[in-house]
Amino acid sequence: MLFLADFSVIKPEPGLLFWTTLIFLIFWFLMSRFAFKPIAESLKKRETDIQDALDQAKLARAEMANLQAENEKLLAQAREERSQILKEAKDAKDEIIAEAKERANAEYKRKVESAMQDIENQKNAAMVDLKNKAGQLAIEIAEKILRKELANNPEQVAYAKSLVDNMKLN
Amino acid sequence: MTAFRKFWIALVFSGLSVFAFAQHGESHHPQQQTEHPAAATPDEHATDHSDTTAHGGHDCGHSLSEEGEFNAGENAVHHIADANAIHILGNTYLHLPCILYAPGHGWTLTTTSAFHPHHHGNGENSKEGYVLVHGNIMRLTNTALMHGEFQVSDYTHQEIEEKGKKKIRYNAIINGNCEPLDAKTTYDGGIMGGGITSFYDFSVTRNVFTMLLTALVLFLLFRSAAKSAVRTQGHAPKGLQNFLEPLVTFIRDEVAKPNIGPKYEKYLPYLLSAFFFILGLNLIGQVPFFPGSANVTGNISVTIVLALLTFIISTFSANKHFWEHTLWMPGVPAVLKIFILTPIEVLGIFLKPFTLLLRLFANITAGHIVILSFVSLIFIFGKAGESFGGSMAGAAASIPLTLFMMTLELLVAFLQAFIFTMLSAVYIGTAIEEPHHH
Repeated sequence: MLFLADFSVIKPEPGLLFWTTLIFLIFWFLMSRFAFKPIAESLKKRETDIQDALDQAKLARAEMANLQAENEKLLAQAREERSQILKEAKDAKDEIIAEAKERANAEYKRKVESAMQDIENQKNAAMVDLKNKAGQLAIEIAEKILRKELANNPEQVAYAKSLVDNMKLN
Repeated sequence: MTAFRKFWIALVFSGLSVFAFAQHGESHHPQQQTEHPAAATPDEHATDHSDTTAHGGHDCGHSLSEEGEFNAGENAVHHIADANAIHILGNTYLHLPCILYAPGHGWTLTTTSAFHPHHHGNGENSKEGYVLVHGNIMRLTNTALMHGEFQVSDYTHQEIEEKGKKKIRYNAIINGNCEPLDAKTTYDGGIMGGGITSFYDFSVTRNVFTMLLTALVLFLLFRSAAKSAVRTQGHAPKGLQNFLEPLVTFIRDEVAKPNIGPKYEKYLPYLLSAFFFILGLNLIGQVPFFPGSANVTGNISVTIVLALLTFIISTFSANKHFWEHTLWMPGVPAVLKIFILTPIEVLGIFLKPFTLLLRLFANITAGHIVILSFVSLIFIFGKAGESFGGSMAGAAASIPLTLFMMTLELLVAFLQAFIFTMLSAVYIGTAIEEPHHH
């Protein structure tokens, strides 16, 4: 019996209609202006930021991979160069050693040759000297003999003379 | 036994549509004036009551201050209704401003404290022709009592016949006379027992207060989230912002974008405002004590305004394509268009907001009634406080049931806010949809 008359929630009331309209319109305005707008903007900004960051990360990763490949290539190149250099150095070393050996040999040969020459020269000089000395001695002796002999024997002198001429010195 | 019957009727009602309920109201027998000596308050009310009955020969109806048998249905209906004063505890009220207008009398500005409400929100005196009955402002019809204050000894209600229709009339007992009261104006055209009366109530009621409070709390929460969103730009969000932003993105990405399309940004603030306004009111309505428990979104006045805004927005943003397809569907024979399609489509334009307002209203009101009914078990089993054992048994049955319902209502609070927003987005989306080229 009380039910229907008191079941006021189903009866539209001017007061509540008015207040709801007023409150909701103000709420709508304030929320849009001071809450939803900055939130929506910051959400949008954050979303683009995150997307940018992701894109950048992807780019950086690709760049990194690129760089790494390049590094690897450089490394390989360096390695190759090193072995090249090493090989070259080894070759150079071998060459130097061979050259040095050759040069030493040549020098040695030259030294020996010049020594031989010297020896030969010395020997020849000595020979000449000796020949001269022997000649002088022989002359002196002959002179002495001759002084003694020749004073009286001209045949003797001639003979001595032939003897000296035929003397062969070794 | 009657209490049980009424309880089950209340339950059945809450499950059914509000219109089904109207028939229940008709079939209801007037409450028997069962004398409950133990329940009747031994103080002044008892004497008031004897005054009423002693009053002359003609019937003034049943006293409101008398403690009758506990009626779960009445209890529920009383608690879901709006009120001019907020009942906090015992005889403590939060007094609210009263803004009243009576044609021919003018505006009356006062507060509910001017009526000195006591037990059950009944005022001790009238003021400028207004009285407070069950926490609601009513107006005296006797023109001799329009100025000043008069002592009201009791309030009664009685069933009367007016123009062949049964109606409930409230009376105030002033100086031993039965003074009929007018309820405030409602725009139901008399269908629901209301209609245009001698005065209009523009007061800040319990619902208005709750709406203001909810709007303020929501604004402060979102303002703080917005501030921190601006402040921490470029950093990870945290705290409250982290809690509210997913809700905003949910409405944006799941409701606005798929239903409205590329122009969603224009309508997003409305959808967000509607969603959080409804959600906030639904949730605060679930709190069983002050400042909660007001059945705001379960009041048709509130849902009418919200649905009307959706209607206005969708209708005023509708493009040529929409109107063409609504009023003159291409590719259909003219006869079909004139007699079937166009009338149905035009009806549909108005039915859409109507279902929108009814769905929210019925769901929230039903939820409140079911919870109140389960709580009423305690009083039904306990014979309104007479039987302690009964109360305990009632509580044992009531607590798990109420807990279950409250959990369900928590879901409903989100669901209904979501559905309202979703359908608003769908209606706006259909209105601004660009033609597809088949």
